[in-house]
Amino acid sequence: MSALLAIDDLAVEFGEGKTRMRAVDGVTLAVAEGESYGLVGESGCGKSTILRAISGLNKGWTGSMRVQGESLQGRRTPAMHRQVQMVFQDPYGSLHPRHTVDTILGEPIAIHGLDDANGRIVRALDQVGLGRAFRFRFPHQLSGGQRQRVAIARALLLEPRLLLLDEPTSALDVSIQSEVLNLLADLRRERSLTYLFVSHDLAVVAHMCSRVGVMRAGKLVEETTVAALRAGEAEHPYTRRFVEASAGYDRGMARAFADLEEEERATP
Amino acid sequence: MSAPILAVEDLHVRFATPRGEVHAVRGVSFDVGRERVGIVGESGSGKTMTGRSILRLSPRNAQVSAKRMEFAGEDLLAASERRIRAIRGRRISMVLQDPKFSLNPVMRVGAQVAEAYTALRKGSKAEARERALDMLAQVRIRDPKRVYGLYPHEVSGGMGQRIMIAMMLIPEPELLIADEPTSALDVTVRMQVLAILDDLVTKRGLGLVFISHDLNLVATFCDRVLVMYAGRIVESCRASELADAEHPYTRGLLASAPRLDAPRERLAVLDRDPAWLGAAT
Amino acid sequence: MSAVRPTLRAWLTADEAQSATQATLQGLWLGWLRFLRNPLAVAGLAVVVLLLLVALFAPWIASHDPYEQDLAQRLKPPSAAHWFGTDQVGRDNYSRVVYGSRVTLYIVFLVAVIVGPIGLLIGTIAGYAGGKVDAVLMRVTDIFLAFPGLVLALAFVAALGPGLVNAVIAIALTHWPGFARLARAETMIVRSSDFIAASRIQGASAARILARHVIPMCIPSVIVRMTLSMAGVILTAAGLGFLGLGAQPPSPEWGAMLSSGRRFLIGYWWMPTFPGLAIMIVSLAFNLLGDGLRDVLDPKSE
Repeated sequence: MSALLAIDDLAVEFGEGKTRMRAVDGVTLAVAEGESYGLVGESGCGKSTILRAISGLNKGWTGSMRVQGESLQGRRTPAMHRQVQMVFQDPYGSLHPRHTVDTILGEPIAIHGLDDANGRIVRALDQVGLGRAFRFRFPHQLSGGQRQRVAIARALLLEPRLLLLDEPTSALDVSIQSEVLNLLADLRRERSLTYLFVSHDLAVVAHMCSRVGVMRAGKLVEETTVAALRAGEAEHPYTRRFVEASAGYDRGMARAFADLEEEERATP
Repeated sequence: MSAPILAVEDLHVRFATPRGEVHAVRGVSFDVGRERVGIVGESGSGKTMTGRSILRLSPRNAQVSAKRMEFAGEDLLAASERRIRAIRGRRISMVLQDPKFSLNPVMRVGAQVAEAYTALRKGSKAEARERALDMLAQVRIRDPKRVYGLYPHEVSGGMGQRIMIAMMLIPEPELLIADEPTSALDVTVRMQVLAILDDLVTKRGLGLVFISHDLNLVATFCDRVLVMYAGRIVESCRASELADAEHPYTRGLLASAPRLDAPRERLAVLDRDPAWLGAAT
Repeated sequence: MSAVRPTLRAWLTADEAQSATQATLQGLWLGWLRFLRNPLAVAGLAVVVLLLLVALFAPWIASHDPYEQDLAQRLKPPSAAHWFGTDQVGRDNYSRVVYGSRVTLYIVFLVAVIVGPIGLLIGTIAGYAGGKVDAVLMRVTDIFLAFPGLVLALAFVAALGPGLVNAVIAIALTHWPGFARLARAETMIVRSSDFIAASRIQGASAARILARHVIPMCIPSVIVRMTLSMAGVILTAAGLGFLGLGAQPPSPEWGAMLSSGRRFLIGYWWMPTFPGLAIMIVSLAFNLLGDGLRDVLDPKSE
């Protein structure tokens, strides 16, 4: 298996002078062709920043990032844009409020000058299980789950190899989440896509991915397989705590957490 | 179970909207004793409206009616606006999802906690400060003196939520309504906030209404669970028995959530039966 | 006819639009319904429409030639022959007020056409590009904003020479900075939204993002602001006319009419009163219309 995405010593910094902070600090990871790789961590750990750097939204990064061997440094060609697409967390913010679904899906086609716009839009809608009836609706006429389906359809229109998923179901109800996760799993199988799936929800990542990277404060603290996570074989204490906390509330555990944090603060 | 602190019977909340009447809560009945009662449901299930109508915090265009709504023997339906104000914040407190919107951004957090104290009883400034520091320590803030002088934007989400809880607890309420109090928090921070709420119920005998969308969290944290769907309670059981839930909606919800401990090939998709909208169980 | 209406209504309120046109019209229809709920705004719209009709059909509505002098009939009070009376050279006041609507609309239209696009373009470019581009464009805007509007307009007219077109240019020059600021503020909000990010990931150029995503989000508030500031434009134009720097006699411009009528206020009240009323009613109407449009178009109020 060759690496579709290879990230080496990636660092992203924000701000200037004293307020300068490293959002991502020396992350190295590789995602194989056809793999589904999960990045988990708590808010502010830098997981979304990595996605934004890969997608080209964050420009000021150092290190090296390659997609299919091609460096992402510098100006991107249209072909490179087609290879990497992204689905965002907030289905309310990721669709233009004054554009119909038709206009939204037509945009990537127009940008890349693809033929058969009509056919492509209809097929894209069918693929995400929406059907033609939704074609001329505005986002405010859709539910959260339907909007996220439109966002997925838009991302897939350019037939990317790598799909970046930034908490795609965090804003959805559990029952809707299962529909969207099933859809994403089906699409990956049918089109042999590669996923980089970012979430704070370990259960979701475990369901969707085979390998997981655990991030904390800009660093990748542990890379492990989902099988090892499920078997309780995580090595890093932070990963263990994260796994325990994700299982639900436990009185004794909550105490242990408080103590752990005290310790960590005492020894910076 | 001791005598309930809160008793709600046949609660209805209706909204008049330009597109006609919306019946958000349709005949909800439940009791809360000195225990943790979880209300679970998806968006639009009416769980938030149920919590708010207890404190008469529903939007203006809402019509609230019930056969009975009693708090510690007092009829909340018949109570005057003045009386409700006296109860609200003193005997029943409410914690909301995001502390960012509940704290005054231009006032030091300690002063806000102290103000919650002086609003209730007359006392010197030093006394209020003492009490506020004490409360901050009780919600396990490690260095209360330092935190006292911070502004809301300088504290993390978990800390902010603990400060909110400290404020809500100063009047020593008998009932706490928490609407998604930990949804904006990271999982490890969530545990600490839950542990504080847990202590309040077990040690101080507080009644807690815990409103959440997270079935797994409610099942592990609460004593009893009420599952709401389309404005009705479709399931009411002990949290430990949730796995044996009877209503197809509850079972569907349980099956649709991915689990770390039990891998699933494919997630179950909830098939919404129109019949669930009709009869209440 | 009655058979057509319900089907049209059904088409406009159908849950599933079948075409892009239908979707757009449905959106407009819903906005219209919301607009109708505000009676003051509807009154404002009615006056503006009336103004349009009067301007369009002025030759049929007016009872006399607005330029024709009749010294025998000078300074006559309102009567059946001269509804608004006559002026100092015997011209029919009513006909002049009617023809004055053309001048007013001409000013309003030209100012809108100049100010809207310039403000929108400068504001969105500054807001989207940020950095140095933003700094330079906004300092230029600040310079224009630093002068009192009417004084700047006076200076321009003094330099360019009095006249209607020069007055319009002067007014436009003093009005665009407000629109640029507004468009910039809106752009700053829109810039960081996910739908812009999605477009960038697809490889959309900055020009495309500005034209297809940013400007459509700014247009509603610009339209609202434009409608609201039209009252000010009309008043500035009238002010310039009043000072003799706008439309030149014998053009029936309301401000100029007010100015020349002012000398006759005592004894011949109708001369300044009717153009004054016209100015007041029309600027009020634009304000009411603007308020109503804001309720409909502002996405924050939805």
